[in-house]
Amino acid sequence: MCATCGCGGDGVRIGEAEHGHGHGHPESVVSDDGRSGDQSHSRRVELEVDLLAGNDALAGRNRRRLDAAGVRALNLMSSPGSGKTTLLERTVRELGAEVPCAVLEGDQETALDTDRIAAAGARAVQINTGAGCHLDAAMVARGLDALDPPPGSLVFVENVGNLVCPALFALGEHARVVIMSVTEGADKPLKYPHMFRTADLVLLTKVDLLPYVEFDVARWVGYAQRARPGVAVLEVSATRGDGLDGWFDWLRGLVTSPVTSPVTGSVTTAGSPPPPPAPG
Amino acid sequence: MHELGITQSVVDAVTDRLGPSPVRRVRLEIGRLSGVVPDAVRFCFELVTAGTTLEGAVLEIDEPEGEARCRTCGTAFATSEVLPLCACGSADVEVLGGASLRIREVELVAREGHPGDVRGAEVD
Repeated sequence: MCATCGCGGDGVRIGEAEHGHGHGHPESVVSDDGRSGDQSHSRRVELEVDLLAGNDALAGRNRRRLDAAGVRALNLMSSPGSGKTTLLERTVRELGAEVPCAVLEGDQETALDTDRIAAAGARAVQINTGAGCHLDAAMVARGLDALDPPPGSLVFVENVGNLVCPALFALGEHARVVIMSVTEGADKPLKYPHMFRTADLVLLTKVDLLPYVEFDVARWVGYAQRARPGVAVLEVSATRGDGLDGWFDWLRGLVTSPVTSPVTGSVTTAGSPPPPPAPG
Repeated sequence: MHELGITQSVVDAVTDRLGPSPVRRVRLEIGRLSGVVPDAVRFCFELVTAGTTLEGAVLEIDEPEGEARCRTCGTAFATSEVLPLCACGSADVEVLGGASLRIREVELVAREGHPGDVRGAEVD
């Protein structure tokens, strides 16, 4: 396995894959620490190795590749069962004729979601992570090789359903969308702050179920704004159609917005203002 | 459980850079706002170092606090909270640090006559 990014030999399945990055790493500085009492010298080596630097570098490579093709990519993150795939099916059907859509589907196992997206009419590639709990930039690079998104398209990367681990791993995306449904607790943005504090858009799904569940939307909006001050918030129902025009407008804004935001690991972007793909 | 992968990347980075020299001690920096749990890394360390040059090494973890600045009143303060509140009551707080996740230092065992294969080494 690669020393810093974990790519290769990891049980991830994406068909044919390119292991395309070099293994140049920062130089070490060594100092002699003298004898330590037994039959050995002890030598201190200052490494100063960022453990996410390898992933961030690959994410930057993904981003440059996407930018060169005029492709915009979104990292969709949520807990399992929030309705990501249903939302994408409807998005592909209703926006696909105007903006070409392609999907990278991340799941531990099965190609069920890819089949659903393909049936809705979009190009889709499944990334099965095996035991893995998140997508990383190396997996997405291999997924993009297989997906080969057309110029000018919108690539939706549906991350593994998990509100914890994916937050740490930049993929090269232009925007992060955190999704949750009304059947989850309104306090979820405060319970999973690492995820919500780097969101560019927070999407509330299944609002057609609001009459049947106790979910305080105003309180939820307040919590989302606390986790990510100024973040855009949308409420949708992918089955009934509520709010989808706002979602599509937000996506159109992303497609037409100039590329300005840098690619970095998630934790280092915490607290920075969200990029402004707000619909006009 | 991303800590397993993170801990594996520690082992990979050390063995990739420092070759076959046995490792006595590893010092990491895991910021309190990094999203990585030091105890989980400790739990994984023994598992992933088995059979490597790091087997039996002592793991030390520095856990620096975050630095925050209130966008409302401008006050800067240290914090261990991911979503800190300023003393002025504002939740509009910019987090400036505490998210580091890196290897700081490794202590190698260099036996007599076997200084070890240390790439980029500068030994006095």
